[in-house]
Amino acid sequence: MKDRFNLYRFASPAVFYPLAGALIPYFVAVSVVFGLAGLYLGMLVAPTDFQQGEGYRIIFIHVPASWMSMFIYLVMAFWAAIGLAFNTRLSGMMAQALAPTGALMAFLSLWTGALWGKPMWGAWWVWDARLTSELILLFLYIGYMALTAAIDDQRRADKAGGLLLLVGVVNVPIIYFSVKWWNTLHQGSSVNLAKSSMATTMLWGMLLMAMCFWMYSIAMALMRVRTIMLERERHTDWVKNLLLSGDEK
Amino acid sequence: MSTTIRTIGLGQVMLAVLKREVSLGMRQKGEVLTPLMFFAVVASLFPLGVGAESNLLLRMAPGVLWVSALLAAMLSLQRMFAMDHADGSLEQMVLSATPLGLLVLAKALAHFLLSGLPLVLMAPILGLQFGLDGRALGLLMLTLLLGTPTLSLIGSIGAALTLGVRGAGVLLSLLILPLYIPVLIFGAGAVEADAAGLGIGGHLSLLAALTLASLGFAPWATAAALKIALE
Repeated sequence: MKDRFNLYRFASPAVFYPLAGALIPYFVAVSVVFGLAGLYLGMLVAPTDFQQGEGYRIIFIHVPASWMSMFIYLVMAFWAAIGLAFNTRLSGMMAQALAPTGALMAFLSLWTGALWGKPMWGAWWVWDARLTSELILLFLYIGYMALTAAIDDQRRADKAGGLLLLVGVVNVPIIYFSVKWWNTLHQGSSVNLAKSSMATTMLWGMLLMAMCFWMYSIAMALMRVRTIMLERERHTDWVKNLLLSGDEK
Repeated sequence: MSTTIRTIGLGQVMLAVLKREVSLGMRQKGEVLTPLMFFAVVASLFPLGVGAESNLLLRMAPGVLWVSALLAAMLSLQRMFAMDHADGSLEQMVLSATPLGLLVLAKALAHFLLSGLPLVLMAPILGLQFGLDGRALGLLMLTLLLGTPTLSLIGSIGAALTLGVRGAGVLLSLLILPLYIPVLIFGAGAVEADAAGLGIGGHLSLLAALTLASLGFAPWATAAALKIALE
């Protein structure tokens, strides 16, 4: 029984550090493969949209980035809940490691949306419900990062940040729906994405790019969590031994 | 069974905390009056910034007054726990037998009485400057009355999270303002919808729902945040 595989073992940074190091190359490789396939499908194979011309191709970046920005926030909230419930060290580190990637995705989503909006709607920015809630999501990410950065005691930073994430995740749907109703109240939205049924190649291109972004986010989070581990656990023996051995795998 | 040990009831403890907060607030009148003045100044800046055209001001008024009220209510949030943290009474509250959530609720209520309620009473005067009529003024007061308790309650979470943190004031606004958005939307939206001849029942119901939901959840989140801060 003693040697049975125990998943909880990986909650220890000393055990998780080498595992993460071993996994990163695979996630990077898979991400590159998916990315190349997705870009090939999206840029070369997918037909030109008869309404939007070539400009629509930005969705192959835009949609996966938006999905990831929302998904990463949920994952962070999940780690926050685990961290607060079981008082595990790794959970807070994971949440902190994910935050910059999530913020990047939210920013990318807004940025590519603006690039797409200019030729399609004639405006860089409209106060559409989805744009507005994505912007608020970016604010939530920045708020989380600012809070954890402002607290010196890392354990407290993790817990306070985790609580903020949980409060945020409860509020995200409320904010989304209120913004949506606000939008419909103000004006008949000038933006109407009358989604014609998408060509299959477009959908596949988008899904492949979503997988690429997903794997990329995991790889980045693992890289970042390794750095965070080293920094926080620098007083421990395993980090000292690791650095002395010169093999940072 | 253990409740028999308590010599005073929960309600009495909460009332005592409420009284204490209010009397402390009244002794430092500047702290109560400054956000009010801030409210007046910010609201007065808008006409200077966008021009004095009365139609424009009339359309903007609910939004401007609500945003100014949000900012003013936020000014005094930091004070909610900072003083008690500095003199150690916050630790006593955390250690006391009374559930911390209820004490927090009393403190948030006191914050509403000292910062939210004065804003409600002051809003019609500023609303007159924007040319709102009697019905709109009444509605503005009603939405503020329904909405400002939520501001105090949600704000208390932010105040507890940033307790004793570097640059707490700015950080607090960054954390809390995005969470205030629904209150702003339905609060200002009700006045605007009424001016446009639309029904306002939905707005008011949602505003009340937000208040009730935050009444139930926020004190416990704040209590958890306080325990994290004092660990």
